[in-house]
Amino acid sequence: MKELYDTISLQFTLKDFHQQKPNLAFATAEKQQLIALLTYMRDVHRYTHLVFVTAVDWLEENRFQITYMLHNYDIKADFGIRVMLDRDKPVMESIHHLWEQGRVYQRELHEMFGIDFPGSPGVNEPMILEGWQGPPVMRRDFDTAKYSLETYDHRPRDTREPESHMKEKLYPED
Amino acid sequence: MSYMDKTTGIPEQGITPPIPDTGEMPDREWRKDDKTLTNAELTLEEQDWFCDARPTPAKPAWGPVEKFYNWARANSLWILAFGTGCGAIELRPLVTARYDISRLGMQPRPTPRQASVFMIGGYVSIKTLKRIVRSYEQMQGPKFVVAVCSCAINGGMYWDSYNTVKRIDQYIPVDVYVTGCMPRPEAVMAGFSKLKELILAGKAEGQNLYAEKFDWYKANQKQVIKDWNMPDYNW
Amino acid sequence: MSLVTKLIWTFISLGIVTIWGLTLTGIVAKIFARVQGRLGPPVWQPFIDIIKNNAKRTAVSHGIMFYLGPVFRIAGGIGTYMFIPAIYGSLYFSNFSVSGDVFLVMYFIFFGQLGMALGAGEGGHPYSAIGVARGLAQMTAFEVPFALSVISLAVQYHTLNITEIVAAQQGGILSWTLFTNPLAVIAAMIAMLGMNMYNPFSVVIAPQETPIGPPTEYSASFLGMLATNRGIFNAAKMVLFMNLYFGGATNLVEMIVKTFCIYFFSVFIGVAFPRFKTEDAIRFFLKVPTLVGILAIAVFLI
Ligand code: SF4
Repeated sequence: MKELYDTISLQFTLKDFHQQKPNLAFATAEKQQLIALLTYMRDVHRYTHLVFVTAVDWLEENRFQITYMLHNYDIKADFGIRVMLDRDKPVMESIHHLWEQGRVYQRELHEMFGIDFPGSPGVNEPMILEGWQGPPVMRRDFDTAKYSLETYDHRPRDTREPESHMKEKLYPED
Repeated sequence: MSYMDKTTGIPEQGITPPIPDTGEMPDREWRKDDKTLTNAELTLEEQDWFCDARPTPAKPAWGPVEKFYNWARANSLWILAFGTGCGAIELRPLVTARYDISRLGMQPRPTPRQASVFMIGGYVSIKTLKRIVRSYEQMQGPKFVVAVCSCAINGGMYWDSYNTVKRIDQYIPVDVYVTGCMPRPEAVMAGFSKLKELILAGKAEGQNLYAEKFDWYKANQKQVIKDWNMPDYNW
Repeated sequence: MSLVTKLIWTFISLGIVTIWGLTLTGIVAKIFARVQGRLGPPVWQPFIDIIKNNAKRTAVSHGIMFYLGPVFRIAGGIGTYMFIPAIYGSLYFSNFSVSGDVFLVMYFIFFGQLGMALGAGEGGHPYSAIGVARGLAQMTAFEVPFALSVISLAVQYHTLNITEIVAAQQGGILSWTLFTNPLAVIAAMIAMLGMNMYNPFSVVIAPQETPIGPPTEYSASFLGMLATNRGIFNAAKMVLFMNLYFGGATNLVEMIVKTFCIYFFSVFIGVAFPRFKTEDAIRFFLKVPTLVGILAIAVFLI
């Protein structure tokens, strides 16, 4: 897959090539070139299948990483293209015109990470969280345990240390 | 993380628990008077479609007759299984050859109208809670609720999830809980036997409880369901 | 016998046949369970279910037709039974068979379904509508071989009166329609499979795909009424088939044994076969059974 990387690199700015398996590789692309790169991959190199679109929250580097995973049915190989977004202004171009199913992933990313994809149909509709009013839930600075404790009531209960509890129960005289 | 006090389990400061159950009806803007509901969240057109009557507690029949009825109810439990979570998978072994609950007069029923036991199988997310409330209210009384799985009792392994309610009994009345993650079919059957005992003793009056404390239940439901777009009581 | 005594006896026989019909349902549920390797519900489970359904404290109604649906259904069941002589030659169990003939009974079989369709339609549940559409389509299909078979009987016996048809079959097992007109019996028995709605023709009530078919919205005592009707209607149909094709019955025990055997035919097929889709069921009824029915008429016309 290194040859493929080198071929693409002639036209696009790529970096961080990483070959994970013989038929699986990743590379990081420029945000501005992404649509052109995906179109090129799809139409020239026959990576015709969009496997998934997902995001990673790099909180410490203040970045979002979006991964587009493409699959080539002819040689049975996967190529993952990453782009980095600014975490303070997470806006990305939509790819729903290249792959129709892309809009579902984008809707999900919008709901879970708060990444906006202007122009993607129905991107603002709730996907699985109906009526959610808090922050996007998969961002790492969202503290789900704290939110849960503040929002939902707990059933009070006795929590016991098993060792000492059983000791007390079985051998009370000790 | 120490959100919970280790020994008492009481949440620490800065936490707003739901409205305490004081027995009196909270004064809410969505309550027109004691008889009708406003359905304020619906559009005017939709308000015409739905009934605005409040549920009323039903009186049990005369002593021995009610006993006889209770016997029939206990021996003909029709289950509406709501597979909210992974625990729902336990219903399949229950109805098939190995554990076969039909010999106890139970059978799964696909519509809430005809069922008498509401079986909640697992964790309850907010989205599901909406459907649970709707299905529960559509069941015809007397109706009983069996909540299967630890998640339904106290959140289980989803205790810190942002979208899962713990304690379903704050949203609908629950008769029997079955613990376990996930409970074995035997445990679920033990739960049903317990429910039978309760019914025979005339103690499974969840429907009346719901009608009496309707405002408290509704307030709790509306507190967590942020996009309430259904009638206040859909029988 | 005065009309009043006759009425009283008819209702007594109706009570007996209801109990028998419900027990039959229980027995069949048990048989199904044993075939599937389960223990199955007790035989008296249908009675408990009916008591429980009637003991519900609330019931939801969607309007007048919704109320009338189960009423029509049970009227269809009772009407079917009222005009069939349950026991041939008995003064007490011949019901009102002198006043109606087999066409009236066929009309009553259809009538209940139609009433149910109206009622379930007002419930407004889409699954009810699906169930009704399937039920009516399937019924229209199985009515064809059944009607042909009845016409064949009319040609054979030159009468439509059920009592006379039974009378013509008296005198030994060989004078039953089963042996004098086997083609008509074949057509009618296949039609009965559709009527009883066990597999392979169970897509109407399809408890898994469309919840429970037409009665999706029916609850509480409505459902109790429908369940009672299921008992009456099943037994009435079996009594009708016994009278038309299997020589009728001259005492209660004979009736019970014969109806059970006839019903068992449909159960036997039911446990052994998978399910037809609606369109396949219709296609099936309109092919072989219809042809057999036409043949049965043709044989007697020639
Ligand atoms: S208790 Fe366990 S099995 Fe049950 S819903 Fe929760 S996680 Fe799933």
